[in-house]
Amino acid sequence: MRVGAVTFPGTLDDTDTLRAIAASGAEAVPLWHGDADLRGVDAVVLPGGFSYGDYLRAGAIARFAPVMGEVIDAARGGMPVLGICNGFQVLCEAGLLPGALLRNAGLHFVCKDQWLKVENNTTAWTSRYEPGAEIIIPLKNQDGRFAAPRSTVDELEGEGRVVFRYLGDDPNGSLGAIAGISDKTGRIVGLMPHPEHAIDALTGPSDDGLGMFLSALDSVVAS
Amino acid sequence: MIDTVDNAKNTPDQEQPYRELGLKDDEYARVREILGRRPTDAELAMYSVMWSEHCSYKSSKVHWRHWSANTTPEMQAKMLAGIGENAGVVDIGDGWAVTFKLESHNHPSYVEPYQGAATGVGGIVRDIMAMGARPLAVMDPLRFGAPDHPDTRRVLPGIVAGVGGYGNSLGLPNIGGEVVFDSSYQGNPLVNALCVGAMRAEDLHLAHATGTGNKVILFGARTGLDGIGGVSVLASETFSGDEGGTGRKKLPAVQVGDPFTEKVLIECCLELFREGIVVGIQDLGGAGLSCATSELASAGDGGMVVQLEKVPLRATGMTPAEVLSSESQERMCAVVKPSDVDAFMRVCAKWDVIATEIGEVTDGDNLVITWHGETVVDVPPRTVAHEGPMYSRPIARPADQDALVADGPEKLPRPSTPDELRALVLRMAASPNLASRRWVTEQYDRYVRGGTVLAQPSDSGMIRVDEETGRGVALATDCNGRFVKLDPYTGTQLALAEAYRNVAVSGATPLAVTNCLNFGSPEDPAVMWQFEQAVRGLAEGCKELGIPVTGGNVSFYNQTGTTAILPTPVVGVLGVIDDVRRRIPTGIGAEAGETLLLLGDTRDEFGGSEWAHEVHGHLGGTPPKVDLAREKVLADVLLAGSRDGMVSAAHDLSDGGLAQTLVEACLIGEVGARVFLDQDQDPFVQLFSESAGRVLVAVPRSEELRFTEMCVARGLPVRRTGVVDPESDALELQDIATIPLPELREAWEGTLPALFG
Repeated sequence: MRVGAVTFPGTLDDTDTLRAIAASGAEAVPLWHGDADLRGVDAVVLPGGFSYGDYLRAGAIARFAPVMGEVIDAARGGMPVLGICNGFQVLCEAGLLPGALLRNAGLHFVCKDQWLKVENNTTAWTSRYEPGAEIIIPLKNQDGRFAAPRSTVDELEGEGRVVFRYLGDDPNGSLGAIAGISDKTGRIVGLMPHPEHAIDALTGPSDDGLGMFLSALDSVVAS
Repeated sequence: MIDTVDNAKNTPDQEQPYRELGLKDDEYARVREILGRRPTDAELAMYSVMWSEHCSYKSSKVHWRHWSANTTPEMQAKMLAGIGENAGVVDIGDGWAVTFKLESHNHPSYVEPYQGAATGVGGIVRDIMAMGARPLAVMDPLRFGAPDHPDTRRVLPGIVAGVGGYGNSLGLPNIGGEVVFDSSYQGNPLVNALCVGAMRAEDLHLAHATGTGNKVILFGARTGLDGIGGVSVLASETFSGDEGGTGRKKLPAVQVGDPFTEKVLIECCLELFREGIVVGIQDLGGAGLSCATSELASAGDGGMVVQLEKVPLRATGMTPAEVLSSESQERMCAVVKPSDVDAFMRVCAKWDVIATEIGEVTDGDNLVITWHGETVVDVPPRTVAHEGPMYSRPIARPADQDALVADGPEKLPRPSTPDELRALVLRMAASPNLASRRWVTEQYDRYVRGGTVLAQPSDSGMIRVDEETGRGVALATDCNGRFVKLDPYTGTQLALAEAYRNVAVSGATPLAVTNCLNFGSPEDPAVMWQFEQAVRGLAEGCKELGIPVTGGNVSFYNQTGTTAILPTPVVGVLGVIDDVRRRIPTGIGAEAGETLLLLGDTRDEFGGSEWAHEVHGHLGGTPPKVDLAREKVLADVLLAGSRDGMVSAAHDLSDGGLAQTLVEACLIGEVGARVFLDQDQDPFVQLFSESAGRVLVAVPRSEELRFTEMCVARGLPVRRTGVVDPESDALELQDIATIPLPELREAWEGTLPALFG
């Protein structure tokens, strides 16, 4: 089983993502933004950071990187794709997920341990969680406020595509306290908080994040 | 017209604006004597920046003898590189070397808080890269004016956002630091930045330009007009007719940072190091290319030629003096063998980093810089970089020092009833200097790279260096400027003792020391007295503790009007831990059934205390007694406790005394405790004294006897002072008060959001 993590210039959490993939038992494969090559991986993660400095708009430039053409094609073909934080922003910019991430309501960068509710445990990235599970993983972002037209939010809610929701005080003012969503197939998931920073209670608030990477392996085996 | 060396020879009497550039008459005369002629504009720019207080340490260097005089061979043996290099390097075992350094960016941060703080982080990170290390984490000791002063509301949010904005985008976890308020910093906040990095010991890169024929390559951002500062007086003469032309717009003297470029530069440098194609490397910080070329050449074989017009620019019409002095950020300079230049360029191209060959190492003695074929600089590099002026400034104990010391805290009214003590616990927890720093630290990414084991609000930050073995380092920075004001020698040793203790409290073994000495004007004999006492105190303290000073930074002229800041020698201590899994957390309650033990002696010591400051606005008397031998015993006991699994939590006692330590241990651990004070000592003294050399530890009940016996055997006073109560949601101070944790939390966490949120 090979799971890739893409490095754009300005990607910061690629090391952590590769570590989390390896911890789940898969082979962690570094992917380079400039290479239109997924190196035979079975699933892809777009990690967090500030790709291309987040200049213009978070994720707006990364979406055009050579590797993204391959990611978009593979995603449309059913490959599990996960976007974390900046990776979520890239997936929205690429049109693989609806909505957009705006500047946090409080205008500050926010880094904290965040409780989340797993609202949908049938996606490729959440099958290892119990229905309605409450997990704690780090949140850290400047542009994390999920926004979308009312009709889109209604559709996401109606189709069970809100995958994660913030518990407690909404840390960034997201519509409906939405922390993560999926596409219609449940193969593509994006979320603002960072499961890759919660794979070990030594360096994170819990190991609750590991379930996402294990889920992806299950879904690859199942397909 | 460009001022060439030939022109300078032919026009010996031409007036030069050296005073505007900060050179004194005798310093200018010395430059003329070195060169045997007047300097060119470009040379004048180089000497004036490199001989500034900031770059040359001309007022402080004379006191550095205290470092060498107090470094024993055993201390020296721990250092792979020390004072004089970009940053000190120590051996932490398993083949790992760790480098760390503290630096100030005070004045720019007052003028432009966001960019000043941001570029402070960027600069210290490049210093660490210049040693060949991967930067691992940053910390930021900050000092601000009165919390309720309107200008603090301008300065603090900007500085915090700048530290976060740059560090977060760079991908380095921020694992600690300080936020301190005192009105003496009103017109002069302190922004100190620390970076720690690691490398395999054999990969240490020193900033040396050796090997005739080796190429000098400038890489990273383009060079622009930002951060040129005083050198613009040269430009305005030369270009008086060209104002308003493209690209010649006057830019602010504070540089503007681009963390994205720096992140890419880090990865590019690390790949270059891995390829083994870097002979020497230097970052471009203060004084830009002037500094980098002269330091590289000076530390190497001496000779270097540079074709300055090859430097990629982002403004048109820049003069050679401006190109040399520009402090544009995110640039590095490397020395590379001719056969490796192609490989070097390939790595830079991969990361989209601009790289340009600008010169080469020669077998001559001089640094020669040409501009379109004409020589504009021809100087012995050591005279620029290492042989600047050195002053023995007059030193005099301040006339009012005796009065300050005589005005002790004994006469201040103290609380005595249980109600008064209860109210004081809450008031102190909510005071700006003791309140939770969460509002600040939540704006910093502490998780990135996945190696952070401890971060704020722990006593020290801890980073895992080796994922296989779990070997890691712990870092703490501390300084109570009020203690230093009352007694600079003792106050600085107290700063050292606290940082040392904070590292030990996490389970690590203290190993090395860095510092950032923030003081007023060196031209004030009273300030120089504080400075000399502080340096001597630190050096002699380090000798007693057996840990070397590996480097440091001096920042003078920190004052509001003519009033100097509290003398603030921030001390950073680095410790090593062989396995981060045995780190000791700060919060109590991790294990069922813990006993609280208070280690050390509590005396009636309130001079310079947070209580005197917060409640009475008083500063006078003498600071607490310092006992470094006791600190060593404490560190030994904590290390043994951590190794043998006898300690489940520990928190040092410092600002605010035992009361504050208990409040934090309970709130961080989210658990209540019952505390029994000593019937034979005034409860106020027990709760609020700031006696040094004390730690509160939580030990599992099964280990209580063994741990207590170990303390007794080593002559360390130990007192059973309470129990952790997992069933309770309150801090109970027996016979005084029971304070519910929600009430404590509201006090502790509400202050900074109310002031700055």
